[in-house]
Amino acid sequence: MKKVYGSASEALDGLLQDGMLIASGGFGLCGIPELLIDALVKSGVKDLTVASNNAGVDGFGLGKLLETKQVAKMMSSYVGENAEFMRQYLSGELELEFNPQGTLAERMRAGGCGIPGFYTKTGVGTVIAEGKEHKEFNGETYILEEGIFADLAIVKAWKADETGNAIFRKTARNFNPPAAMCGKVCVMEVEEIVPKGSLDPDHIHLPGIYVHRLIQGEHEKRIEQRTTRPRPDGTARKAEEA
Amino acid sequence: MPWDRNQMAARAAEELEDGMYVNLGIGIPTLVANYVGDKDITLQSENGMLGMGPFPFEGEEDPDLINAGKQTITELHRTSYFDSATSFGMIRGGKIAAAVLGAMEVAENGDLANWMIPGKLVKGMGGAMDLVAGVGRVIVVMDHTNKHGDSKVLKACTLPLTGKGVVDRIITNLGVLDVVEGGLKIVETADGVSEDDLRAATEATIV
Repeated sequence: MKKVYGSASEALDGLLQDGMLIASGGFGLCGIPELLIDALVKSGVKDLTVASNNAGVDGFGLGKLLETKQVAKMMSSYVGENAEFMRQYLSGELELEFNPQGTLAERMRAGGCGIPGFYTKTGVGTVIAEGKEHKEFNGETYILEEGIFADLAIVKAWKADETGNAIFRKTARNFNPPAAMCGKVCVMEVEEIVPKGSLDPDHIHLPGIYVHRLIQGEHEKRIEQRTTRPRPDGTARKAEEA
Repeated sequence: MPWDRNQMAARAAEELEDGMYVNLGIGIPTLVANYVGDKDITLQSENGMLGMGPFPFEGEEDPDLINAGKQTITELHRTSYFDSATSFGMIRGGKIAAAVLGAMEVAENGDLANWMIPGKLVKGMGGAMDLVAGVGRVIVVMDHTNKHGDSKVLKACTLPLTGKGVVDRIITNLGVLDVVEGGLKIVETADGVSEDDLRAATEATIV
């Protein structure tokens, strides 16, 4: 079965319907599926529920999908960098379900592993625990959190072979593997599709079984907080650690 | 003289022991990294990295390499990368020895509030609830009082909680307190700050 598609729009063709649940990879603007988000905007699909750690920024990433009001609900841990998000949320146009970051990641992982629920200490005694089942294990209280089973996962990797075996780069991995796992269908965008056999099987981060459709494209990879330190005058960069 | 930000960070760094894997929060906790000296400390960034290095030199920023505050950073020879589920697996699983975090309020029973002020814009808890529920030891670093002069070390938190009974030690500009049975215990005071000064600035029960 051929997984490689010509464009993000082609790769999403036939997969979209209003009201669907989409899981997205990325942390801040790092490792987000830029091309697939653009294609979702173009498609006009609406009333989406999006499970994503963050909601992009104004004009970039998931922020674009918010501007066009295609999102009805976000499931996120932190949404601080987006004025349009806040406007829609405060006016009641957009629903928001806060999830502790690790709970969100584990809900995706669990869904992808066929686990409908798990108990965690995270959030016990906070607003997050309200309405959730509490259970004691070895004298400690835990709450029940449910796995996420997404209709569609959109993720970004660095490289993949034609069968979808994927490798991520540095901290751009973040939510991409758990998001990919929890989708009934997963569409992945990469910077480079390489021929079968050119990736070391021992170095695959996400096996191709989780990837159903694949595209290659150019990524802007915008930096959210550019922070640097002064370069010591006239000296080369030293190894930081022996 | 009460401690300044850097002195508080330096005091917090004394809490870290050789060989520890540690998560540092945003703000004063980030400064702790400057004071670990020769100790072999590995910093975790919960977006999926162990062995976080300093900020890059200008021109060497990598959009694929950021910390949990979304700032560009660098890697070290010891660095490893992993996904978010694995990252919070090591947090929830108690593998991270300590977290140093800022706070809006701490209570004498170890309750911590640092993510939300009702009526103000809510940005989200990020990974804070997972960290305080999972790591071995939670060390709070914050000013002892707010800008109105009210104590942030309380009998009970007034703000929505990040975690219940999770704080082990509080380091403020006035001194160091431990959460113990029945209240807080003074461990030390900043230079020139008396125990009476510390008590006067503390609403919580001191035992």
